[in-house]
Amino acid sequence: MDFSFTEEQTLLRNSVSKYLADNYKFENFKKISRTEPGWSTSNWKQFAELGLLAAPLPETYGGLGGGPVDTMIVMEEFGRALVVEPYVSTVVVGGGFFTHGGTEAQKEEWLAKVGAGETVIAFAFAEGQGRFNFADLTTTAKKSGANYVLNGAKAVVLGAPWADALIVTARTSGGQRDAKGVSVFIVDKKSKGIVTRDYPTIDGLHASEVTFENVEVPAANLIGTADDGLRLIEHVTDEAIAAHSSEAVGAMKVLLDATVEYSKTRKQFGVPIGKFQVLQHRMVDMFMNSEQSASITLMVTLKLGESETERKKAASAAKVQIGKAGRFIGQAAVQIHGGMGMTDELNVGHYFKRLTMLDTLYGNVDHHLKRYAELG
Amino acid sequence: MNISYSPEEEKFRALVRAFLAEAMPKLGKTSRREFESKDDYLAWHRLLYKQGWVAPHWPVQYGGTGWNVTQRYIFNEESARVDAPALLPFGLAMVAPVIYTYGNEEQKKKFLPGILSGDDWWCQGYSEPGAGSDLASLKTKAMRDGDHYIVNGQKTWTTLAQFADWIFCLVRTDPAAKQQEGITFLLIDMKTPGITVKPIIVLDGAHEVNEVFFDNVKVPVENRVGEENKGWTYAKFLLVNERSGIAGVARSKKAIERLKEIGRAEMLDGKPLIDTDEFARKIAETEIDLAALEYTELRTLAQESKGQMAGPESSILKIKGTEIQQRITELTVEAIGYYAYPYDRFFGDNEYAPGPDYAVGQAGRYFNMRKVSIFGGSNEIQRGIIAKAVLGL
Repeated sequence: MDFSFTEEQTLLRNSVSKYLADNYKFENFKKISRTEPGWSTSNWKQFAELGLLAAPLPETYGGLGGGPVDTMIVMEEFGRALVVEPYVSTVVVGGGFFTHGGTEAQKEEWLAKVGAGETVIAFAFAEGQGRFNFADLTTTAKKSGANYVLNGAKAVVLGAPWADALIVTARTSGGQRDAKGVSVFIVDKKSKGIVTRDYPTIDGLHASEVTFENVEVPAANLIGTADDGLRLIEHVTDEAIAAHSSEAVGAMKVLLDATVEYSKTRKQFGVPIGKFQVLQHRMVDMFMNSEQSASITLMVTLKLGESETERKKAASAAKVQIGKAGRFIGQAAVQIHGGMGMTDELNVGHYFKRLTMLDTLYGNVDHHLKRYAELG
Repeated sequence: MNISYSPEEEKFRALVRAFLAEAMPKLGKTSRREFESKDDYLAWHRLLYKQGWVAPHWPVQYGGTGWNVTQRYIFNEESARVDAPALLPFGLAMVAPVIYTYGNEEQKKKFLPGILSGDDWWCQGYSEPGAGSDLASLKTKAMRDGDHYIVNGQKTWTTLAQFADWIFCLVRTDPAAKQQEGITFLLIDMKTPGITVKPIIVLDGAHEVNEVFFDNVKVPVENRVGEENKGWTYAKFLLVNERSGIAGVARSKKAIERLKEIGRAEMLDGKPLIDTDEFARKIAETEIDLAALEYTELRTLAQESKGQMAGPESSILKIKGTEIQQRITELTVEAIGYYAYPYDRFFGDNEYAPGPDYAVGQAGRYFNMRKVSIFGGSNEIQRGIIAKAVLGL
């Protein structure tokens, strides 16, 4: 049993952490998030140059072969800095779909592009009626000669305003919620018939509502087997869950440290408020929640390669732990900071908002408790 | 012992309902999240003022309605039931009772009519950067100089000061005295030279609170309420005085109704979310919590209507009331799924907001409502008060 990081992994963490400390302070996050287009292409270039985008991808296709542990390392640091750039959707989801489901040609084309920072991919899967069920789809893809024709609408596609490519889930056969009949496509966002309406999200990101009207997609853009896409989607999104868990842990650690520090300096009634036992115990609970979250992030990261059931249980467990802990830590951090915690100026509220939205992404606590229980 | 209202009380309720049915349609915007201009905030106040019902708790001689405690409760309940905007408390419920209880005749004549009509907008100058929970440690100074005080210092978290005409301020007039014994209650015209208001934006993007800076601000001595250095007494009176409605039971009932509507509209695998066990149970738990709180409030009411002091159980109204309010916002964010993401303050009046109408602004509201466990005496402070004053610990 060994949870220690290798020298390369430690180097990776140090290089990410140093880069972000210099270029992604809280004020940088705010500026990037609030200035059109809402992300920084120069940071993205730097991420590519530092090898971050290639880090987890298979060496055969130009990656550095670091796998999910490298993702975990990068995402914790990204979570610490509230990074908005679309690492998970491009590298973990985009990279993941091609790694686990792509043809040789697709792997060669796309994985190199992802690693080099030459593409930004957004994942268009959610729909208004679908809630957290990947198979609940009204977006359809009908085979028509050498193409598929896409029709439908996707909701809250994170990072879509910045993407050149969309990975789209659509129904190629079967009833609206059948497990069978789900397919996955890579689609050029500039395709005729795609309309996007962009907007900022409450946690500092950007998203789009995307509609597809008779969008022609070459059959070669199908990822994996037609009608059999659901298992692939679940695999890739479980990996995304592991990545976002680590992001959440980074955010939790910042909130814990900030709250403890604040409680040592903020004086009321003649003493630092950190002397009050009620607040001390609250911060201990924040600490325990944060550590349990870090532990479960390790667990899910290490279990991604195990059997499908083990992987799913681990991902759902992580989602539940992160959701509950994120809510507790976020709320407690705001509460202990008092009025200051409510301001837009202080970083605390922004971490709270990011943690809150990470609970929704890919299914909230209730959804994953159910999935976990159903896995036996 | 019975829980029914008397026939007279039911007649009164019908009267209130009739007024509300007639007056509510006259409002344009009803949700505070929609309010932008001063007029938006004042619309309901003005309608009530015309009816003569804007200050039910005031003595009749100053414009009160003469209603008893139960009638006031009924009025608040019925207003919440139709989502009537809540009136701002600073003028009507906070400073006015201090003025008519401790002020002199000139002050009552000068200030009460403007508060009643809404022509004078008041804000509360209490908290400071260094004086939050420990309010008595406030530092804003007022030095006596002939027939004026010269005020220097800073107030913070001043709600809607950007619209205010007047501010009631706790200031330190005797730095040598024990903290609570050196405080004076001043009424200050916001147009006085030396006052600067700076917005504080909160985490959902709203501009609700401000910093207010005082730089050698001259305040006439006749704007002091009561005696110099006795301000803490009046401050405590003010806080104790506005007891009715802090539990927010009727408004939370309405909020739960709206949550259930969302639960019926949101689908989970083709079934309404509210039909799923998990969600149905969570709503039930919150409703039950609220039912208990309702009766705790009624117990308080029953005693007050007999002319007795409210019992110790009334101390929990703020804590439980705010925790329930927050819980409802939590469940609402859970209910709306991905459409919690869009940032509603980005969408102006004419702009398109993605997703169903019921989802718009709900995440922002969840974040904004984290304040209710912090302000008005944080819930930790409230628990400390109960521990000391009620349980004798």
